[in-house]
Amino acid sequence: MTDKFHGTNGAEKFKSQEVRLDDLYQEVILDHNRRPRNFKKLEDANAYAHGHNPLCGDDYFLYLVVDPSGMIKKVGFEGDGCAISKSSASMMTAAVEGKSVKDANALKDNFIHLLTDNTASETVRAAAGKLKIFEGVKQFPVRVKCATLIWRTLEEALKDRSQRKEEVSTEKE
Amino acid sequence: MLATKTFDVKKIRQDFPMLQTKMNGHPLVYLDNAATTQKPLPVIERMDQFLKNEYSTIHRGVYTLSHHATAECDAVREKCRQFLNASKTAEIIFTKGATEAINLVATSFGRKFLKAGDEIIISAIEHHSNLVAWQQLAKEKNLTLRVAPVNDKGELLMEEFEKLLNPRTYFVAITHISNVLGTINPIQEITKRAHHAGAVVLVDGAQSAPHMKVDVQELDCDFYCFSGHKIYGPTGVGVLYGKMKHLEEMDPYQFGGDMIEQVTFEKTTFAKPPAKFEAGTPAIAEIIGLGAAMDYLQGIGFEAIVEHEHELLEYATKALSRVPGLRIIGQAEEKASLISFVLEGVHPHDIGTVLDQEGIAIRAGHHCAQPLMKRFGISATARASFAFYNTKEEVDKLISALEKVSKVFK
Repeated sequence: MTDKFHGTNGAEKFKSQEVRLDDLYQEVILDHNRRPRNFKKLEDANAYAHGHNPLCGDDYFLYLVVDPSGMIKKVGFEGDGCAISKSSASMMTAAVEGKSVKDANALKDNFIHLLTDNTASETVRAAAGKLKIFEGVKQFPVRVKCATLIWRTLEEALKDRSQRKEEVSTEKE
Repeated sequence: MLATKTFDVKKIRQDFPMLQTKMNGHPLVYLDNAATTQKPLPVIERMDQFLKNEYSTIHRGVYTLSHHATAECDAVREKCRQFLNASKTAEIIFTKGATEAINLVATSFGRKFLKAGDEIIISAIEHHSNLVAWQQLAKEKNLTLRVAPVNDKGELLMEEFEKLLNPRTYFVAITHISNVLGTINPIQEITKRAHHAGAVVLVDGAQSAPHMKVDVQELDCDFYCFSGHKIYGPTGVGVLYGKMKHLEEMDPYQFGGDMIEQVTFEKTTFAKPPAKFEAGTPAIAEIIGLGAAMDYLQGIGFEAIVEHEHELLEYATKALSRVPGLRIIGQAEEKASLISFVLEGVHPHDIGTVLDQEGIAIRAGHHCAQPLMKRFGISATARASFAFYNTKEEVDKLISALEKVSKVFK
């Protein structure tokens, strides 16, 4: 409902309920929220970053052990946040462990593309694998940052030490 | 009591178009009133009329329209005086909102009078707006910022506050009502003790102006401020009250038109308060809207507002206490109509999303009070904040939606 003088008619826009809560809080997501995997600090980490969302308080520390050949040997995270951010972090750690830095970065790009671009192709969707279940978050625009926070944090942790900020905020992108 | 007889919440709700809307397929249940309030028709219509038929600039025009707009704005300033029971109309300064009012005092008073080694006291439950302004001033001028603690219920520890007062205490900046806990601070007692120690007191009234009759002379505070949009008026306008003796001595806040007496290329003499603090063209239509909002509130009466909101608070507190795993944060004896809570195993952000799907708008997060969150050992809360237009039926809807939250996160 847009016209030249009145813009979007909010009343019309908000009247109906089109999104489904089940798409957001899927069983797998809830399970990772209840029992996050790799939820620990790695004392021997050689790459790490801190990610937070100042608007809602999601706050995580990410730890990685990367070997000299560029393979991610171990991943761990700590912190506190909503179900979407925590389950996304848990599933991210499982997804990138054992991958090369290059592949992990590619997976990160793919995930962010999947959640922020409505025209994501089948190839993108297929490449996301298990992480595809986060597609439901797209129906809840304010929650997209929750799902992508840990991936932005990973991006920071994997940067060359010289360029690293070590702290990622959802509000500085 | 007369108040209960004349107060008809169903009728009042008819005044608010937003309360007739739907959200995600459900009638909107708006419980984020501590953030901002919905606008009644008299405010919307007054601004509409003013913009359509009466609009022009103020102070400068020789023409009839401008004279009228000036008189209308002056009338609102007088309404503000009555609203706060200030002794002089010139003690009312229009700002963008409470935040700007606090910044104005920190700049125009703080920068001028506070010297290295002086101390400022705030409380542990301040909104960032009444914390960061003082913290930055302290950093700039090498002052000491002291924080008065609260107990586990969220009540200010008066004896601890008193211990902080000393001959170096120049300023006390304190909230009237906590936006997170609902705690009503004993301002009269605070100003009495602070004045005894020779300190100047600013009261952040952003959360008290909407909920209670404020009398700045009775409180005896030196400064008091509130935001228009939290008392059912428009955004972009707020009020700073200051005792004339301070306003006269303070430096201007910003420079420009309307705040000068005489200007040459060499020097400028400034206008008297309030003009001294109101550089540039103000938010004219918003000031008019603020006047309509105050008229509307007077029409209902704070006696009736306090009674209805207190009833809602009691009802909601009881109902929420029965929700399994729910813990209320902030249990002060003197409390305004807002409830912060956490639900075991569910992050407030997730509560907010599930409630939104039921058409219920609550706030989830740190509420611009991160140090307070730390004090209570939490990272965020969910907050339902009530206005006089909310009903017990809406509280019931909140409770059943919370049961749904528990089901999703079983």
